[in-house]
Amino acid sequence: MKSHRSDIEPFWVKDCALIAIATGKKAQNLRELREYLRDIDTNSIYYHFWGGLLRPRFDDPEYHNDFAIWVAHSLHHISLAERLAIIDPTNFETLEDLRSELINLIEDSLDETEFPKWAKRDDQFEYIRFQLVIFNTNISFGNPYEFSCLLPQVSLGSIFFHFIDSRHRNSNHIDDFRNWLLHFGEEYKNLINRIERIDPYFSSLAKLRHDLSQAFSDCVQGEGY
Amino acid sequence: MKEKSILEKYHKVAGRDVVEHLCQLAKPLKGLRVVHVNSTRIGGGVAEILQKMVPLMQELDIDTKWEVITGDSTFYQCTKSFHNAIHGNRVVIPENHFKIYEEINHQAAEAFRDTLKNADIVFIHDAQPAAIINDFPNHKGKWVWRCHMDASHPFRPVWRYLRDYISLYNASVFSIANFVRRLPRPAYLIAPSIDPLHEKNVELDKTEIDEVCSRFKIDKERLMLLQVSRFDRLKDPIGVIQAYKLVQDFMPNIQLVLAGGGATDDPEGELILNEVREAVKDDPNIKILLLPGDAHRTINALQRASDIVLQKSLREGFGLTVTEAMWKKKPVIGGDTGGIRIQVVNHHTGFLVNSPEGAALRIRYLLNNRHILDEMGKKAMSFVRENFLITRQLREYLTLIFALLHGTQERITLG
Repeated sequence: MKSHRSDIEPFWVKDCALIAIATGKKAQNLRELREYLRDIDTNSIYYHFWGGLLRPRFDDPEYHNDFAIWVAHSLHHISLAERLAIIDPTNFETLEDLRSELINLIEDSLDETEFPKWAKRDDQFEYIRFQLVIFNTNISFGNPYEFSCLLPQVSLGSIFFHFIDSRHRNSNHIDDFRNWLLHFGEEYKNLINRIERIDPYFSSLAKLRHDLSQAFSDCVQGEGY
Repeated sequence: MKEKSILEKYHKVAGRDVVEHLCQLAKPLKGLRVVHVNSTRIGGGVAEILQKMVPLMQELDIDTKWEVITGDSTFYQCTKSFHNAIHGNRVVIPENHFKIYEEINHQAAEAFRDTLKNADIVFIHDAQPAAIINDFPNHKGKWVWRCHMDASHPFRPVWRYLRDYISLYNASVFSIANFVRRLPRPAYLIAPSIDPLHEKNVELDKTEIDEVCSRFKIDKERLMLLQVSRFDRLKDPIGVIQAYKLVQDFMPNIQLVLAGGGATDDPEGELILNEVREAVKDDPNIKILLLPGDAHRTINALQRASDIVLQKSLREGFGLTVTEAMWKKKPVIGGDTGGIRIQVVNHHTGFLVNSPEGAALRIRYLLNNRHILDEMGKKAMSFVRENFLITRQLREYLTLIFALLHGTQERITLG
């Protein structure tokens, strides 16, 4: 378990940091939210689903994306908030597909109401975009044993980059950890399945780091495999 | 024994992984020349942050300097009016004050010319030094205007004047999206933070907390509500007293402490203070404490001694007093406004309220459910640790620097 496979490149850990940028586009009601949503950059949609993991925001246990949070807390439109909150962005092939789903849900809701609810002037939905800085950590793992030892110490930015962001970068839409383990053929099939079952969306980065570390740790100890 | 580095001191409070992350991120910026310019070295939130931010950046091998613009009383009157105008107050500024503002900025530009000319990144904080850029039409570095105010609804004539200068910057930074004013260049968002190692926030031993309580005759047997803020109508101290009185009918064993500055230079402050005194009447269980601006440890002790902290503002900037209270494991009952909304999450870190009745209701709820109060306090501290410590703000400044150096690209891959 501790040996390196010379034919497989080690897993090089990268890290990332995000900076948010105001777009100046603000919505005070559902109609405005939909209008901006039609042509806002997909970068902004990505940010409002995933950016909360890397910026100051409370991990709302009820609503997991900014659209749902705003609709619930500022428009007090709970049924729509629930429908928006249950959207799992990992189920969508592209961000354009995700955009369509959002617009459909909002339009359905608009069809049901004659007068859309308004948020307070200082509580509008602010469309935000971001820039992501990706950098090397000079940390590498040669096998799952090394993962199990060091993963608990890597930064949350690294977890975001390799476990969340990778799904959008990689053509097969899976995270970097599983992609790397796939190089070993069937050897870590159970570990790959275990990682696949970790929900990337309904969690915090600290919890994801813990769950991933546990999966690697159980693997090297032979538990559940 | 070897003096600990500043970064090492943050290991314990912010986490080793957070500090390591900062070191890695800063590596490619080694030797970069960064300058911060503001209007004071001591006092006020901006100076407080820079006192720690500058040495931290230096320790990360970024060549960081801090310059301070100074002027005469007319200059400060003028910039105080700018401050009020950006917050939406209608102000009348005499024409000669604008001239003096421009002249002082020009003098500062001359005084700092070499430093600013050679800088890779220049952070100009708030309005006081904003016009310095006018003297550097061909600046080679990236200039950033860092706005610490809520600029969402400024008094337009003054904003239009300032915008002519601010539009010259490569980028601006605001604390939250709500505070942003539309500008021609990117407006980045960086929330403020507290320094966990500042006297305001360090751990205190029980003896010191007890000493502060006895100094102000605070009854240790009574449950304590606290609001720390200057005596300003927008902080709603009268609403806090009303809430306290509503609770007192059901829970006579409470006391209220209103701690704030003396505000002797603020005629309205004096007026509000008199209103507060009138509202208190002769209730021995309400204490009004007028504390000097540097009473950091006293405020710290009061926050730690309290059961619930209130910040019942009607309008608020970011509300760092909320952050400070949460860091001390206190749930906060706060006004539903500004940055308080980002920090106070109903049923998790406190409650957002819109009336004295709402505040009273939440106070009663928490005091009757001690285990929930304690749980929320723990959650509040953890929320601050993850999001509102200076290490997070530093990380965002570093990220911003990369963004400025690499233009508009969405993903910047280093190395």
